[in-house]
Amino acid sequence: MDQLHTIAHRFTARAPACDYWTLRLVAEESEHLSVRQGVVEPSTLDSSLGAMVTVAVGGGIGYGATSDLSPAGLQAATEQALGWAETHARLGLFDAALYPRSNLHAEYRSPVARSWENLPLADKIALLQDANRALQLNERIVDWAAWLAYRRVTQLLVTSEGGRIAQTLDYLSPGLVAVANAGSQTQRRHGGGADWSQQGGLERLAYLDLVADASRVGEEAIALLEAPECPEGRRDLILLPSQMVLQIHESIGHPLELDRILGDERNYAGTSFVTPEMFGTYRYGSKLLNVTFDPSVPGELASGVADDEGTPATREYLIRAGILERPLGGRLSQARSGLPGTANARASGWDRPAIDRMGNINLEPGPGPKEDTLAQLIGRVERGVLMDTNRSWSIDDSRNKFQFGCELGRLIEDGELRGLVRNPGYRGISAEFWRSLDGVGGPDTREVRGVQNCGKGEPNQAVYVGHAAPPCLFRNVAVFGGGE
Amino acid sequence: MTPGAFFELTDRLNGSLAGQEGLFCSLASETSDFVRLNHNRIRQAGSVRGTSLGLTLIEGSRQAEASCDLTGDPAQDLARARDLLGRLRERIPHVPDDPYLNCSEAPWTSDTRVGDAPPDPHAAVAELITLAEGLDLVGIWASGEIAEGLASSLGHRHWHRSQSFNLDWSAYHSGDRAVKATYAGMTWDGRALAARIEAIRRGLEIMGRPPRTLRPGRYRAYLAPAAVGELTDMLAWGGFDLKGHRTRQTPLLKLVGGERTFDPRVSIREENRRGLKPSFTPEGFRSPGTVTLIDGGRYAQCLVDARDAKEYGEPVNAAGGSPESLALDGGDIPDSQILARLDTGLYVGNLWYCNWSDPNDCRVTGMTRFGTYWVEGGELIAPVNVMRFDDSLYHLLGGRLEGLTTERELILSPQTYEGRSTDSQLLPGILVSGIELAL
Repeated sequence: MDQLHTIAHRFTARAPACDYWTLRLVAEESEHLSVRQGVVEPSTLDSSLGAMVTVAVGGGIGYGATSDLSPAGLQAATEQALGWAETHARLGLFDAALYPRSNLHAEYRSPVARSWENLPLADKIALLQDANRALQLNERIVDWAAWLAYRRVTQLLVTSEGGRIAQTLDYLSPGLVAVANAGSQTQRRHGGGADWSQQGGLERLAYLDLVADASRVGEEAIALLEAPECPEGRRDLILLPSQMVLQIHESIGHPLELDRILGDERNYAGTSFVTPEMFGTYRYGSKLLNVTFDPSVPGELASGVADDEGTPATREYLIRAGILERPLGGRLSQARSGLPGTANARASGWDRPAIDRMGNINLEPGPGPKEDTLAQLIGRVERGVLMDTNRSWSIDDSRNKFQFGCELGRLIEDGELRGLVRNPGYRGISAEFWRSLDGVGGPDTREVRGVQNCGKGEPNQAVYVGHAAPPCLFRNVAVFGGGE
Repeated sequence: MTPGAFFELTDRLNGSLAGQEGLFCSLASETSDFVRLNHNRIRQAGSVRGTSLGLTLIEGSRQAEASCDLTGDPAQDLARARDLLGRLRERIPHVPDDPYLNCSEAPWTSDTRVGDAPPDPHAAVAELITLAEGLDLVGIWASGEIAEGLASSLGHRHWHRSQSFNLDWSAYHSGDRAVKATYAGMTWDGRALAARIEAIRRGLEIMGRPPRTLRPGRYRAYLAPAAVGELTDMLAWGGFDLKGHRTRQTPLLKLVGGERTFDPRVSIREENRRGLKPSFTPEGFRSPGTVTLIDGGRYAQCLVDARDAKEYGEPVNAAGGSPESLALDGGDIPDSQILARLDTGLYVGNLWYCNWSDPNDCRVTGMTRFGTYWVEGGELIAPVNVMRFDDSLYHLLGGRLEGLTTERELILSPQTYEGRSTDSQLLPGILVSGIELAL
């Protein structure tokens, strides 16, 4: 961070003449270790350092991004930004006066109890080798791998109005996969935190316990080979948090993004079935549906102190007791739309501008006691399916007609879990699906997860997004299995 | 960064190697302008200048990889590169031998320059906005130079530079009803842009008609090249890489095993000879001009990158396991006869958000999107509200395939996740006797 402060100080001393400017400096360090079939794959050490200069002048806005952080490099980026601001002033969608100004001073660091450097490389490789041995249960396991990845993002945002926001985000991303095959049937199962990334350090390994989890992963992959296909028809559905993540992401998070509602994403990521007049009155789901934008959850992927427009991040209800309250939109989108929003203008790196993104979008657990445990949710199902771990996702450009597939399913009959079913999937319509929510796990069942590949924007940007959720029960959903 | 600056940097690094050390250096450089449009006005505009250096240090049978951004200043870049090399030297004693280490030991050189200088982006965007006056246009302008370089301590020296523009946009009638178009290439022609805008205006006239809502079921359909591209993208996702085949994860498992076939008219190739991608792999191997993946409906070859080649004892024929310059052979339906041959059914301009529904059976789900119409008696009748399909490619490219168009469309990827993509597809449209709509 010291290096970024030095560069920022140098830039500020020669700041461009304009109505407002921001300098966003981003340094990234990452490391990826992987062992596949007992063979250590080439380890990778990646680093990145660059800056984005944004200027507002004469009613226009422009940006220039560069990996050349010398005074001349930043000057060249500034001139590019000024050139685009001039063109934007003539042909822009809105006046630069709407662009938010920030004088916020804030700092944030991810909670890390045990740093990445705290475990020697040889020990990390040994852990992955142990997990590999545990994954390879028999000859039906035809491929297997374990990995461990670390990423640190250090970002400094300074503004012409004295804003200075420093954030250091540490992520640990371990995982396991086992691939089982019999004839023309192949099944994959993930574990070890593969779909459970968080901010934090190596302390997460104790909880995830890769070696112990490897046996389960391998056993379930093999068992799925012989399992019957998930039945087709309408049944009750229990989604574990490992699938709730995608359900929230695609059919609540994306449709509530204000830039979609404003039309910015219509050529790529799509629009939204949600329209401005719905906020405050629209019944999005049953009374059990409570969804928050919450940047304060320790360890969740998108926790932080402010967004990339310099707006302080605070917890807000998006949906309360089923009623839609506010969209996901940063201050620029709020000014363009006249709607309230959240601090969620984020960029994927130094080379991309901030746009409306999900942060941590969480489905709040039920108050209990009726819905306290997963067993109690299952007990309320006469004929249904439980689904675990997303493997396929697809939804229309208005975020309404969705279809998801999961790695593993289990039948539920008369309130009890029965056998495994393979290739489980379900489909529905967002505007109807959440109204069928009839059970929400209690606080003890909530899991803090997220996704690391949320893509949108032109130019394209992929960011980490947090989702915390308990298991949930939905009534009368169209489910199906595999086959042509 | 210029090729001279890159090779000077790598010569300095190579000169510092000791003992059994070997080094492969790669470079990815981008000078891009991006202009985002909404309601036919500029939403967000800017420029990105970035260069990334990749190093693979080899010592005996061990290897380790690293990358960093470069500044463009020779002294600073040499210092960063030396620091990165130092980190790899610290690391390499602690990694075991890699049995699948595989780098070209036969040095060769290449220097490819593709495309003219793109137009001034400020002027091009202003021209677009003027031509599209009155349209609710939304999309992205991307242009500039992309360069990739490779140099090794063995003597490989490669440079591939392309200059291009890619205008990817759609025009909305109302709600989610829109017509999509692209104008991408190496040589700018304002008249070509004007022609596309006029075509969009004509398409919007039909979009303004009351839309049809279809019930789930099987419908006769024509899939335009952009829609076919979404399906071939799915095949590219694990369908052709050797590792996926050997570990039985490919969605073409039943095709490989002979349980299923595609129609004999379906032949799919990787065509590096198109020249939009580098002819060298990151390990210094030469990519063949053409690799036939599906030949006459049957599995032919896989794409084999250097690591998989060593693991499975096959020759290298690709930089990676996914096609980057895919081509589907054309057929015998002239574009002019598409609607007549369809007669009554669904004209699908684009598909969207495809994913595997069941990879074991090559079953894909996704949505219809832009420019999808109901056709009766060979005439476009009305736009169709978005529908979800869920069907196997063994049907769509197999038993239900009635034909492919003679003309093919070169689709330059507008993707910009890891910088501006240089991927492309050369595709016909396809006529199918049925596609299963599920929702």
